[in-house]
Amino acid sequence: MWLLKLAWKNLWRNRTRSLITMAAILFAVILASVVTSLQKGVFDNLIKNVVSFYSGYIQVHQKGYWNDQVLENSFEVSDTTERAILGRKGVSALTPRIESFALASSADLTKGCLVAGVAPAQEDRVTGLSGKLSAGTYLRDSDNAVLVAEDLADRLKLKLNDTLVLLAQGYHGTVAAGKYRIKGLLHFGSPDLNDKIVFLPLLAAQGMFAAENRATSYVLSLASPGDLKATAASIAETLGSPYEVLTWEDMMPEIKQHIRTDTASMSIITGILYLLICFGIFGTLLMMMVERRFELGMLQAVGMKKGRLCRLLLAESLLTVTTGCFLGIVTSIPIVGYLHAHPIRISGEMGEVYKRFGFEPIFPTATDPAIYVRQGVIVLIIGLLLSLYPVINILRMKPVAAMRK
Amino acid sequence: MNTVIDAHNISKIYNPKTIPVYAVNNVHLHLRRGEFTALVGPSGSGKTTLLNLIGGLDKPDEGRIEINGTDITQLSPNRLIDFRLHNIGFVFQAFNLVPVLTAEENVEFIMQLQGISHRQRQQRLDVLFRQIGLQDKRHARPAELSGGQQQRVAVARALASRPQFVLADEPTANLDSKSAANLLDIMATLNQEENMTFIFSTHDQRVIERARRVITLVDGRITSDTDAVDTSADHSTPVIPTAAEPAKSQT
Repeated sequence: MWLLKLAWKNLWRNRTRSLITMAAILFAVILASVVTSLQKGVFDNLIKNVVSFYSGYIQVHQKGYWNDQVLENSFEVSDTTERAILGRKGVSALTPRIESFALASSADLTKGCLVAGVAPAQEDRVTGLSGKLSAGTYLRDSDNAVLVAEDLADRLKLKLNDTLVLLAQGYHGTVAAGKYRIKGLLHFGSPDLNDKIVFLPLLAAQGMFAAENRATSYVLSLASPGDLKATAASIAETLGSPYEVLTWEDMMPEIKQHIRTDTASMSIITGILYLLICFGIFGTLLMMMVERRFELGMLQAVGMKKGRLCRLLLAESLLTVTTGCFLGIVTSIPIVGYLHAHPIRISGEMGEVYKRFGFEPIFPTATDPAIYVRQGVIVLIIGLLLSLYPVINILRMKPVAAMRK
Repeated sequence: MNTVIDAHNISKIYNPKTIPVYAVNNVHLHLRRGEFTALVGPSGSGKTTLLNLIGGLDKPDEGRIEINGTDITQLSPNRLIDFRLHNIGFVFQAFNLVPVLTAEENVEFIMQLQGISHRQRQQRLDVLFRQIGLQDKRHARPAELSGGQQQRVAVARALASRPQFVLADEPTANLDSKSAANLLDIMATLNQEENMTFIFSTHDQRVIERARRVITLVDGRITSDTDAVDTSADHSTPVIPTAAEPAKSQT
């Protein structure tokens, strides 16, 4: 205990230096926490935007559907299955879909399109489809009408309340055809979706494809996207082999890759930050060893064992780094919290670009406590590793040499 | 009289592989309990090196040193530190108190290293601070004390562990005449009353005058070793009455 007391007193023998070191660590932890939480927040927001375009966080299919997306790989919609999925921890909503490709025609023009039969209310909960309406009104279960993506409607020279004709191959090779009033136009951030998608109420789509009570996928949203893998595994285990459970990462590996690449470049920036912290702490330790060389030699001369002296210096370093880290974490929490509640808004042309592609023009921060703790622990480890310098110095130190004038 | 230090033919050689320099050259020395000895000689004569060897801070290249019958040249570094803690007190020229500790804490610190109980520490502190006459400065930091007061605290620190002897390297070099005299009075009193052995390395005539034994070193060799009474032609009245028998040793 007296050793710890002595370490604390030693810490304040050069008050300015100790405070500067602590401040350097404090700002490093704040900067690292804010940068990391901003990065994670931006990625979380990106994922939220991307999955809300269409895919959802998780999809459940008949086994083999993802590799061969035909109606023959559809499954029967069942309350039991839906309840089993919704019963899994983390699943907040579910919607069934039946999807297939079709030819969409107006009076003179025809184009291939993706037809999605959806349960309007459930779909809205999962992907917020009604929010993408740029004209018209949203679907109802009983409608015999469609919502058409803007660019597709433009290509076919169709407007609201015009008639769209769909021609496709139905379940078991039947001919599927139907004509529908355009009840609404949709705007998607994804140019690809904007150019090809048509939404029908699930019942109408099942009728057209002659696939009564069948769906090609259940699309799921999650309460906590962080539990993605665990939730998917849990659903797969519950449903068993007839089904395949895919996460957005499985369905859109390019997004995952983008995040990975961006994270790697951010790691270089945080690495440079850590390097600066290293130099800051090391500079302090170096000065301390030069200033106290004689004293440390004297302490050994009068009978303080090297091990005890090492513990004293380690305690001094630990106190400095821990205090800096603790204050850094405590200060980071309100800053990150504020940036979460009041995210950085991208304005001007860049903001418009974001909106055009269906992204919210904001940079929010993530408030996961693990971020602060991780940054604090990293800086603490750096501090402890650097503390080995005085320890090594002590182990090599000869009192006579240290006390030489 | 008991032998405290018994150094047999010790040598310390610097640069042994290039141009060997004998800092201490074949020195043979016996010191007995209660001696008040000054090591004198010109700069570079080997005083501090000899003190370091006797204090176990450095190892001789030749010879052996026995402290109370223990050959310290054979001790491992850790055991040597422990040995110093329990047997040898040090007083340095620049006082070298820990600046963040109070005078009392600087002295107590040595006893804490020894694992002495709080009650015993307090008793010992009372005695030591009375002996050095700084009862009213126990809670002062070194920066709040004069040089003389700091050196007195350093003496108390050296004595805190109840050592076999105290080695003092130029203890008065940084002190004014009054403070130096005061310090020497305290050490002489401790020598008389507690039969504490003191060995000084010094250039200071004031210390030499009060020493009862003066060992002169030149080029690492002992050139003379005299009882101060014997040199009364120069220093006729030793200030400290002889409480111990004078020792005679030769290289």
